[in-house]
Amino acid sequence: MTNTIRFKIKRQDSPDSSPYWQEFEIPYKAGHNVVSALMVIRETPVTRDGKKVKPVVWECNCMEEVCGACTMLINGEVKQSCSALIDDLDQPIVLEPMSKFPVVRDLMVDRNRMFENLKKSKAWVDIDGSWDIHEGAPRISQEEWDRTYIFSRCITCGSCLEVCPQFDKDNDFMGAQIIAQVYLKNTHPTGKFKSADRLHALMGKGGIAECGNAQNCVEVCPKEIPLTTAIGDVGRQVTFQVLKDWFGK
Amino acid sequence: METIKDNSFFYRRLHSLLGIIPLGLFILEHFFTNSFAMQGSTVFNDKIVFFATLPYLIVIEIVFIFIPLLIHGIYGLYIVYTGQANQIQQSYYRNWMYLIQRVTGVILLFYIGWHVWTTRLSALFYGKEVSFDMMHKMLASPLVFWWMLLGVVLVAFHFANGIWSFSIVWGITIGPKAQKRMGYFTMGLFVILAVVGVRALYAFL
Ligand code: HEM
Ligand code: SF4
Repeated sequence: MTNTIRFKIKRQDSPDSSPYWQEFEIPYKAGHNVVSALMVIRETPVTRDGKKVKPVVWECNCMEEVCGACTMLINGEVKQSCSALIDDLDQPIVLEPMSKFPVVRDLMVDRNRMFENLKKSKAWVDIDGSWDIHEGAPRISQEEWDRTYIFSRCITCGSCLEVCPQFDKDNDFMGAQIIAQVYLKNTHPTGKFKSADRLHALMGKGGIAECGNAQNCVEVCPKEIPLTTAIGDVGRQVTFQVLKDWFGK
Repeated sequence: METIKDNSFFYRRLHSLLGIIPLGLFILEHFFTNSFAMQGSTVFNDKIVFFATLPYLIVIEIVFIFIPLLIHGIYGLYIVYTGQANQIQQSYYRNWMYLIQRVTGVILLFYIGWHVWTTRLSALFYGKEVSFDMMHKMLASPLVFWWMLLGVVLVAFHFANGIWSFSIVWGITIGPKAQKRMGYFTMGLFVILAVVGVRALYAFL
């Protein structure tokens, strides 16, 4: 049993500066997770070799793995740092920002690309147009709900994109997260109205065709979303959409 | 309504389709025809004559083999270039298959280039006769034999594993169970194709 917790943290002062490593050590306390340990480091930001440094910057909100903000690489694996318990981790615990998103500072990255892609793919449900587009609440069968509810648990954390060999800082691929959200919205009774629009967005640059079926996404999703099922299903929807587009008019 | 402003989707689906039709079908035919070698040189040479005397042979070869191969091969290289393999960090079975599909594809580009040159183009340009005997002489070199053995096994893998991902791309296998079953089927096909191909190769020795 060690009586301290050791960290090796990858730091970066600004989006354009080069990263560097620093080591920290804090007293052991049972029940620590990575976020609570980072908070202890922030109180006295002194490295292991006694140098006083600027506190480590990271992002977090909910502390219960539903906001996605604290996602980072912990000992090389993409995880939410709030639910990463120190007792489960080998030391020194290596913390790095996700590699597929631009670093803002230290462990904080800019995940805006995911939100932009949600907009591009119209991954929402219009509840109103210039007139009412549904009467009363839309009904969803229990079977349908069983199948689709899990897709609504996406926390936009970016883990599925971090591990994807086809998703890269400099390309346009939208990735599993978007395909799963398009799947969800296309099954919704009111969301269905915009299916063709969403599929067309996924048939453009960075769309579903860029998927290479390495299937890492589904292995790491913290919300256990069946991402590869969404990819297969949207693949089928897109196949039929092509037939409609080419031979339907 | 949203319209599509870019052709990458079309090219990607074309690449995918060409891998099965006609390239995959051709590989099945090719392995099967070469298996006639197991029945001796006369039977095999008869088949060569049959194919060499097909009407519109050049058109068939160009439209159904050469152009599809060129498109699939070159776009395939581009696809390889757009990805970044990450097996070290993510050592999952499917991620390895992703990498092997790409590595086999790139090696096949060299292999098929060499193969088409030695057994088809040099006959076309220099009137070299393609026959059982020619293959027998070529395969006498262990280097050529092992290189061809490698080519046969790699193409069997690339085609079989390609059927697996093709089935997801086009929406044939959607859920994990269906994809797993397809995985068993395609790996079975890989073994069978490899055995058929290697037996045909041995028949020339
Ligand atoms: C000439 C060299 C070749 C190269 C460079 C090449 C490259 C590739 C690459 C990179 C992929 C992966 C595409 C993806 O996962 O998105 C692929 C898939 C595939 N290849 Fe090839 N390939 C070659 C030859 C062949 C041949 C000869 C065949 C037929 C026997 C073939 C059949 C397939 C099939 C069926 C797929 C699956 C398509 C899909 O997943 O949608 N390839 N190829
Ligand atoms: S699909 Fe899963 S891994 Fe991807 S962003 Fe959503 S919660 Fe994160």
